[in-house]
Amino acid sequence: MKVMVSVKRVVDYNVRIQVKGDGSGVNLDGVKMSMNPFDEIAMEQAVQMKDAGTAEEVIAVTIGPAKAEEQLRSALAFGADRAIHVKTDEEIQPLTAARILAKLFEKEQPKVLLTGKQAIDDDANQTGQMTAALLDLPQATFASAIEFDGDKAKVTREVDSGLETIEVDLPAVITTDLRLNEPRYLKLPDIMKAKKKPIDAMSVEDLGIEEAVKLNVTKTAPPPEREPGVMVEDVNELVSKMKDKGLV
Amino acid sequence: MTLNPQRVSPYYTEDHEAFRDQVRRFVARELAPNIDEWDEAGEVPWSFHKAAADAGLLQLGYPESLGGVEAPDSFYNIILNDELAQTGSGGIMPAVWVHGIACPPIVAFGSQAQQAKYVTPVLAGEKMAALAITEPSGGSDVAAIKTTARDAGDHYLVNGSKTFISGGMRASAFTTAVRTGGDGPGGVSMLIIDADLPGVSRTPLKKMGWWCSDTATLYFDNVKVPKSNLLGQENRGFAVIMHNFNSERLSMCAQAYGLARCCIDQAAAYARDRHTFGQPLAGHQVIRHKLVDMQMRNQSVKAWLDEIAWRIDHGETPVADLSMLKVLATQTLEFCANEAMQIFGGAAYMRGNKVERIYRETKVMTIGGGSAEILKDLAARQLGF
Repeated sequence: MKVMVSVKRVVDYNVRIQVKGDGSGVNLDGVKMSMNPFDEIAMEQAVQMKDAGTAEEVIAVTIGPAKAEEQLRSALAFGADRAIHVKTDEEIQPLTAARILAKLFEKEQPKVLLTGKQAIDDDANQTGQMTAALLDLPQATFASAIEFDGDKAKVTREVDSGLETIEVDLPAVITTDLRLNEPRYLKLPDIMKAKKKPIDAMSVEDLGIEEAVKLNVTKTAPPPEREPGVMVEDVNELVSKMKDKGLV
Repeated sequence: MTLNPQRVSPYYTEDHEAFRDQVRRFVARELAPNIDEWDEAGEVPWSFHKAAADAGLLQLGYPESLGGVEAPDSFYNIILNDELAQTGSGGIMPAVWVHGIACPPIVAFGSQAQQAKYVTPVLAGEKMAALAITEPSGGSDVAAIKTTARDAGDHYLVNGSKTFISGGMRASAFTTAVRTGGDGPGGVSMLIIDADLPGVSRTPLKKMGWWCSDTATLYFDNVKVPKSNLLGQENRGFAVIMHNFNSERLSMCAQAYGLARCCIDQAAAYARDRHTFGQPLAGHQVIRHKLVDMQMRNQSVKAWLDEIAWRIDHGETPVADLSMLKVLATQTLEFCANEAMQIFGGAAYMRGNKVERIYRETKVMTIGGGSAEILKDLAARQLGF
């Protein structure tokens, strides 16, 4: 089958995020960017399917600035056959992303769209669900195990109460959770080979998409600083301190 | 952690940065959580060799035909050494990548049969190979080695001993310097000696640092080594040994740079978090200046290291520069480890702190792979001083 994977360029998870002084957002100047870790898990799932012969073709898709080509190259180094880059310098909100992905889905007709359950920059956790809704396709979110069987997929989902297994008809949208797999290391020869694989670039306008601006970020603030701890001599002191703070 | 976002460099491309990302991931996932335990246990499990091979890192810089991952230039090796050093363990290199000194002579001078037998399984993470040159009677004076290999028809009869051999306890074969001819460099040959041959025995040595890597004294007592295990030509071993030193030194320089960088990062993070006299340590000028003194020295090392790597990739063999850089890089490491210790105070005197280990392991860096004294002399002669 044909598999489409959508990946997003986000601030690297190792970076200590700094909120801008005026609260208008976070500082991105000179900050290291990487592929969203949940999307890496989606990529790993796709290439495992290719290794197992379940998938014939893997297409990686990203929406983002020119520099997002780096993340597509990573996806190609993972083992994607080709990539599509929808270029934009605007910040894309989940509904716009979903419209773009739905359009590309209609164009490419894959059997499954895999994407991370959320991106670690805004943690919206909406794009996969909205894409499925726009396409009127089944969705299976937070996947921790996926089994393909003909025109169906059995997906184990990580839900609040534990694990839930559902069956969806294909084509479908599946979003990937942390425990689905451990993404592989990209070997140097694969990094080099990725440079020769084709990337099809286009703009949001080329796709005839109307940008949805539904969300307005009013303020960004860092989490409150943690207060330093205190050393206590014994249990009695611990209990009395906790009482003082109204914790017991 | 020092990240290098969108750096503009004459040497490093996006490919290098993509590779660095992968090495960093590998280190974070496979090495960092385990290295303290392995260091205390005195051993790295074989599963790590396999993991490094699966990630394409164990075999970096070797021909594809032998199971290697070819590197287009020296900077990939610099990145590997630099990133592995960020765990604060110098010992991981001799523990796992010690074939970096044992195998290149076989790749450069060995027969196809020798390469298939002694290089390929090592690159797959299944076996280890060690380089055996230093003897109890001397190290730096390579031309004076005393271990003999007597021509006995279809084999050599080897007698003698080697010491301070990194990986010697776990290696299944040794790339060994032996005397087949008369005195001096013209009588030295290189032999590959299997560790399981009758007459080979070995004992482990306890060390100041590099605990996760074993070090051995080897004894050869009438060991029959097949003639097919001669590496290159008889009595031409000295050139084989010398060929090896340059790549070993470049790797050691990169490792020294990486360990010094680790000291700086650790000390800087601590100086920001630790409060004394009502402000962070880094608020005191004396501490900030220490950090700058460390950084400016190590950045100079890196600039020279990259330049030398570029020259090597363009066909030069800058022996004097490499020798001097090895001295400078390792002395810079000593300086940075020392200053980082001072910034940490008692916290880095405790085991489990990266700086504690690096400080303990500086001496092996200034002595191993050519001592500062020997290398300065070599540089002086090269420069005609």
